[in-house]
Amino acid sequence: MSSSTATANRGRGPLVPLGARMWIRERPLVPLLFLLLGLIVTLELVRPGIVNATWLANTIKFAIPLAILAAAQTLAMLTGGIDLSVAAVASMAAYLVATQAPVHGPLVAVLIAFGAAALVGLVNGIGIGVFRVHPLIMTLAMTLVVGGVVTVYMLSVVTSGVRVPAELNWLSQQTAFGFLPHSLLLFVPLAALILLGLRRSGYGRLLYALGDNETAARLSGVRVWQVLIALYIVTALLAAVAGMLFAGLLNTASAQLVNGFLLPSVAAAVIGGTSIFGGRGGYAGSIVGAVILTVLSTLLQVLGMQEAVRQILYGAIILAVAAAYTRITEDG
Amino acid sequence: MTAVARPSGPLRDTRLMAALANAMRQDTWTIALVLLLVALLVLTRLINPNYGPFNVTSLAMAALPVALAAVAQAIAVISGGIDLSIGSVMALTSVTAATLFVGASPELSVGIVLAILLMGVVIGLINGSLIVLTRVPDIVVTLAMLFVWGGAALLVLNRPGGAVTPWLRELMTGSLLIDWLPRALVLLLTVVGLVWIPLRRSTLGLSIYAIGSNRLAAFRSGVNVGRTRIAAYAFTGLFAAAGGLALTAATGIGSPIPGPYLLLSVAAVVLGGVSLAGGQGGLLGPIIAVFILALIRADLTFLGVNPNYAEVIQGAIMVLVVMFGAYVTLRRRRRA
Repeated sequence: MSSSTATANRGRGPLVPLGARMWIRERPLVPLLFLLLGLIVTLELVRPGIVNATWLANTIKFAIPLAILAAAQTLAMLTGGIDLSVAAVASMAAYLVATQAPVHGPLVAVLIAFGAAALVGLVNGIGIGVFRVHPLIMTLAMTLVVGGVVTVYMLSVVTSGVRVPAELNWLSQQTAFGFLPHSLLLFVPLAALILLGLRRSGYGRLLYALGDNETAARLSGVRVWQVLIALYIVTALLAAVAGMLFAGLLNTASAQLVNGFLLPSVAAAVIGGTSIFGGRGGYAGSIVGAVILTVLSTLLQVLGMQEAVRQILYGAIILAVAAAYTRITEDG
Repeated sequence: MTAVARPSGPLRDTRLMAALANAMRQDTWTIALVLLLVALLVLTRLINPNYGPFNVTSLAMAALPVALAAVAQAIAVISGGIDLSIGSVMALTSVTAATLFVGASPELSVGIVLAILLMGVVIGLINGSLIVLTRVPDIVVTLAMLFVWGGAALLVLNRPGGAVTPWLRELMTGSLLIDWLPRALVLLLTVVGLVWIPLRRSTLGLSIYAIGSNRLAAFRSGVNVGRTRIAAYAFTGLFAAAGGLALTAATGIGSPIPGPYLLLSVAAVVLGGVSLAGGQGGLLGPIIAVFILALIRADLTFLGVNPNYAEVIQGAIMVLVVMFGAYVTLRRRRRA
């Protein structure tokens, strides 16, 4: 270990001192929080006074649904998988709620949406866990299937119209005391559950075990297919929650509502230090990643840059953070 | 095979499976795809007796950008990577070409076409170098580059516009020699063949397969892994740029918004028998898969099926084919 680190250091030069690297490797959140702080300071410098209660509330409001999508992505990535169907499932859930709520009331509508999401997750899980289809392909294919079905459904219910239930607006748009969005009521327990679940529960450890070495996990008696089916049902349910929050936030719903957030959800997990090969990472980083991406897009907007430059910088920063992470945390 | 007395019952069944598994390992996947394509063509004639040369040529023309995207993706996947930025690169090259073509003489436009292809190579070199230098997984780097190249496309042209040089359009419209042979298909096979056949026979081509199959073994056999990966992405960029040119030629303009080419290219690569694990498959399979998917879509339209179901069916076919492939592989592994 020490000799290999020394070799790597010699090759790369003392860019980051060995002691600092070890320290950061143990605490991957620290540099991320510094990056976030740096972005906020830059934002304040660019437009003094922008960092206030309203800004805070807006940032949290937009970061929460992204953080929930990133949660789904993080869980899948910990096992070495990926869930590309989160955006399609989230859009589907949002659309189901918005069209079923006027007919059956919000509660039944939410249950219908969760049921449909769980079904998609089950199919994903069976494909990946039982038939061993590559997660990328399976969830990509389900994206096509779900997107197509929702579009057909969209054309058939055109008459009843889309109306986001007021309860969802309350949850994801409104704030208490001017700076605490109501969605925190949902997000804080959910995040705590995921953080604790990953650390303390047997199931959480199994996700890491699968991502680290699936054969070893299998030989230790883990029923891999059951873990994977449960995982993809959970990611689909998380995606459904995120979709409903997006619907409440944007006060609209369509088959494409959440599509633009698919790649940011992967990016948030990657920035947060979760390895796309599995076995390493955690949810705390993904939450910070989601906040960083939200603040970043505000900053790029405030700087008055055109969409083109914003996209380029967005991509460049994702790459830079991922590269810095690899450099710091990589063994050897 | 014929000399072997036919056993009956379960024994024959297992032999059949073994033969199938063995066949799947070789080119039979491609042969099966060709048979499927022919069956689909027959089916299309049955559904729509008027289906003729005109339909075939327009199908080939519409499928050309997708086929080039699939070829680009297949090379990245064979080398053990994946390129999520293909759609953006196609958009960028397409708008650049469309902007340059405005008012260009035919002679100048030949230079423009070559410049765009070179641009694709450079983009691929940048993608590949970033992957090798940062040591960040391919999927993450190309995800980030998806935004970068997409943004660059918007910088070049922020709304659909531009033009196309007439000869490029003529190159892929209509048919050649006989009515049933679309020019777009001939163009596709020529372009891909000119690059791929020499490449596949060269050391570089072998190295691309080697690093996709087992990077460590390739490294220990003396392959320069980093350089080979970069080269593979350069070829991916080249074909993505060709796809961008085909897109401009097919639509007559350039659009900075990436089309569905990323999803379609991955779908075609998987259906075409290229393993996402790398090191396996060729380019013919993905190309045929593109035409199969396009024909299915056309058939559904003729049948009056809601076009949105086409996506559902496309997704379902993808899953079923891959599940079948995985099932056969599993059976084979258990026997071994």
